[in-house]
This record gives sequence, structure tokens and C-alpha cells, in this order.
Amino acid sequence: MVIGAGHAGLAASHFLSGRGIDHVVLERGEVANSWRRERWDSLRLLTPNWQSRLPGLRYEGLDPDGYMTMGEVVGLIARFAAVCRAPVETGTNVTAVRRTDDGYRVTTDLGEIGCRAVVIASGAFNRPSVPEFGAAVPPGVEQLTPFDYREPARLPDGGVLVVGASATGVQLAAELRRSGRPVTLAVGEHVRLPRTYRGRDVLWWMEESGMWDQRHDEVDDLTRARRLPSPQLVGTPERTTLDLNALAALGVELVGRWAGVRDGEALFSGGLRNVFSLADLKMGRLLATFDEWARTHGRDAEVDAPERFAATRVPASPRLRLDLASGEIRVVVWATGFRPDYGWLKVPVVDQKGRLRHDGGVVDSPGLYALGLPVLRRRKSTFIHGIEDDARDVVDHLARYLATRPVGAARGAASAP
Amino acid sequence: MIAVDNGVNVQALLDARDVLTGAPEAAQFTWRASAKWENGVRSTTTVRDFFGLGQEQSHKTESVFSADHPAVFAAEDNGITPIEYLLVGLASCLTAGVASVAQNRGIQLRSVESTVEGKHDIRGILGVDSDVRNGYTDITVKFAIDADASKEDIEALVAQSQKRSAVFDALTNPTNVTVELA
Repeated sequence: MVIGAGHAGLAASHFLSGRGIDHVVLERGEVANSWRRERWDSLRLLTPNWQSRLPGLRYEGLDPDGYMTMGEVVGLIARFAAVCRAPVETGTNVTAVRRTDDGYRVTTDLGEIGCRAVVIASGAFNRPSVPEFGAAVPPGVEQLTPFDYREPARLPDGGVLVVGASATGVQLAAELRRSGRPVTLAVGEHVRLPRTYRGRDVLWWMEESGMWDQRHDEVDDLTRARRLPSPQLVGTPERTTLDLNALAALGVELVGRWAGVRDGEALFSGGLRNVFSLADLKMGRLLATFDEWARTHGRDAEVDAPERFAATRVPASPRLRLDLASGEIRVVVWATGFRPDYGWLKVPVVDQKGRLRHDGGVVDSPGLYALGLPVLRRRKSTFIHGIEDDARDVVDHLARYLATRPVGAARGAASAP
Repeated sequence: MIAVDNGVNVQALLDARDVLTGAPEAAQFTWRASAKWENGVRSTTTVRDFFGLGQEQSHKTESVFSADHPAVFAAEDNGITPIEYLLVGLASCLTAGVASVAQNRGIQLRSVESTVEGKHDIRGILGVDSDVRNGYTDITVKFAIDADASKEDIEALVAQSQKRSAVFDALTNPTNVTVELA
């Protein structure tokens, strides 16, 4: 049983079919549901088209260096579902998965199904996470998560406080600023990247240098790597860099991490300079790694000369507090990350912080697997093209598991509710 | 190869991190200080006991700190100003962080010196202008570090020491403070 018909669940289906393993993909909505319903209008993939490939499906369009719109991503995933003839049951919401003697019992809003193994491919971004102090924001200020946000025109006029400087935060801050609104961006730890480096997409470097293939058991601090915010990238036809200097040039006001609310005032951390330093240093180390790779692998000739980028400019005196009742801020946009939702998973494999306990997608319960989570098996795991290697490995493990277990009574016996 | 030795037992810290990952209750510490008014704006604060790892703990010796105010505040200057103690805390915390991170990263330190400056507009505490805050308006720490490492690696040491500093966090982020009569 595969839960979720996004690119991860479909990739699992592709490899399961390849091995002749009987399976069903359960999907609460339609194929590529979150890409259809839980994304803002202007969003494009962070990966260039040539890189946005799925098992057996290569980009063959005319714009290999462009970035897919959400409509194009939905098209890609729907095409993938058709090509691999995935047995998808759409409109089937999984409400519970329980362990049985020889497998799992999956409860959906349409009935119950027994199975020997389950692949959880329900996504890493099911619920926007909002800090608790959001409750202390005065009621006159509207609060939105990226799930609620579609385009600037749907927001009231006036100032916007965007919280978080991941890909989501910087993209929404830029778009809202360009709509003419005053925008303040609260910046905590972040990952700064140029869109292109030495004439190539920075994600070309990630791929070619082997950085993206780094395995989960080779990463120094896996816990940290798994909770790293998404890099400050945007996919635009112009291939522009959207770092904090670019946002400051647009007129976005940068403030420190939003630490709390007291007496109706937002309080921001005074540590802004250091999060800039951390991100600048980390980017410098990454680019040096790329240079070293190009040099030692004889690739210098196919790229431009090494570049270095200006340090993130620290505002003269970033504000530490902002009166939320003054009317200056009409809307708060929480770009503070997403969490998976395992409320339906009645198997004790979720830790106290709501994370699935797994080793490279092999969940801490026999026959239970996961796909499509950050650094699941490799640094590239959550990217579209990263699913192929992960899904192959996980399905290999699953096939070995099934082979060593005799077929018991857990036949796919569906029963009507 | 000569082993790097900055005098920090990093292994013990890493072991503690492993143990406390599974035992968050043991990680709950309470730090304490007791103050006594002496005379004028002078006080004496003693620090000895604290709570941690699930039980009462004590420093090897009790430490006593005198706080007073300088002559320009019309005081007798029998000790440093309370707000200067914040600089002591910040500098010593960041310095400990630099040494620990350097040890963990295999960087031999030869010297680590820093100067800390806190800008303070005293119109706040004097009640001259209610728009001026009581505390520091700006704090600057300047490190001079001599170590077997590149400039970038030393910059990364300083950045990481801030990232993991208790006092840096306490100064840069709000903390709920309750003051009441015993």
C-alpha cells in the first residue's frame, strides 16, 4: 500500500510495478494534490527543467534552463502517473494505519484494507507550522500561512510582516514588496545561495559535484541537515538571485528572528548580524567546495571564472520591536516552515517532536517505509529528481522484506464501511 | 600530528549531548545568585549553588561580586556597575564558546582576546526621555584570535560561538522576568 500520489508515491509505484509487486496508491484528492491546491500562484520549481526528471521521464521541452510553473509540475506528475500506469485510487483519504500480526490495516473513508507493507509518501509539507506566540498577535492583524496565500491582490493594502527567510519567505516578501506594500522580513537562520554560479545554475553544481548525492549516513549532523530551511532561491525566467541584499534593494526592511510578542509588540532578535555571518560563511564554504571540485576534476574550462559575492549588508540599526496595534502591519505571513502530518498513523514510530523515526526511509516498524522526506537517504531527497534513487532503494528493501516473510493471511481484503 | 589541546574536554560535552538527548529532564538547570544591599547603591552578590542533572550542585568555591557605581554617578565606586556585569557574562560566554568550537573542529588556539563595548544612553535610567530605553542600545564585541586556521575558519568559530551562546541569546532575545516579594 502506498499512501500519497505525489511524485514520491508514484515513483514507489513505478519500482513496485517493475518488481511485479501488487500494490495500490491511495490518494486523498487528485494526483499531485498539494501541487494543485496548496501552492501560491506565482510559484515555480526551484530546480531547472533539465533537472526536474522522474524515473523514465526526462525533460524534452524547449527551455531546459527554465523553471516549471505549478501547472507544469501538475502536468509532469500526471504524465508520470499515466506513463507508469500507477494503480491510483483518488479521493481516498487514509484515516488510520494500524499494525496487525502480519502487516498493516489501512482505514480509509471508503473502507479498510489489509496489506503486508506500507510506503508513506504523504509529503513533508502537510501543515504550515506557526509559532505559539502567533496567538498573541492582536486580532486586527490578519494572519496567513503559505497555504492561504495566493497572490498579493487578495491581501488588504498596507504593511506586511513576512516571518522566515527560506525560499518561501524571500519569494513572498519580494512579490508583496513589488505589489507596492511596505514589507518587513523577520530573518532567522537561513541558507543563502546564488541562483547561478560561474555561469551555471547553482543546482547544476550541487548535482555535478556529487554534493546532492551525499548519503544520509555520510552527513555530519543529520538531524540538523533534515531541518535545514529551504535555500533562498526562486525560479524565474531571468534566473535572478533572490538573497537578502536583493530584497533590501527592493526596499524590504530586514529585522531579526521574531522571538515573541509582549504587550502587543513584536520583539525581534538582536542577533541579525550573526545569522548573516553564518549564512555568508556557509555559502562561501560551499562555493569553495565547488571550485575545488571543478579544479580537481578538470571541469574549469566548461564554467566561468570563480566568483565571490558581497557579504549580506547589515542594516544600520535593525528594529528590535514593532507595535502590532499601530496599524503599520496589516498582515502577518508565516513562512516558518511546514511539518508532516502523521495524525492518522497509529503505529508508535513518531517521536515527541512529530518526526517519523526511520533510517533512510526504513521506518522503525517492519514493513513500514517512507519516501519524500528531507535528506531521507540523500541530500537531494525532497527534490523532484531526488526521488528516483530513494524510491529504488526503499522498494529494494521492501522487496527483500516481503521475500523473507511468508505470505500470511494479510491478503488485500477490502470491506465496505 | 600533534593533537589539538585547548584545554576543553569536548568529548565530555559531546557525551553529555548524547545522554541528554534522551533525558531532557536532566538538562533542566537552575542558576542562582543571592544579593544583599550594603549601602548607597552598593550591593554584594554571592553565587555558589545551582541545580542540574536532577540534583543540587555546588561550585568548588563561593564567588562574591561587588557592584557599585562610579564617582560620576555620585557613588563610591566599590565595584563595577551592574550593567558591566552583562559585558563580563557576554565576553566570557563567547570566549568559552570559541575555545569549545575550536577544540571540536581541531583548531589549536594560541590566544583569544576580546573587547566588549556597550553603548548606553543613560537618559533612560534617569527618566529624562521616556523614548530612550534603560538598557544598552548597542553592544560590540571585537575578537583578536591567533590560531592555526584560515581567516574564514576563525570567522566561523566566532559565528558558531554566538550561535551556541547562552548569554548572547539572553541579550538578543526577550526573556520573561518575574520580580516579586519573597
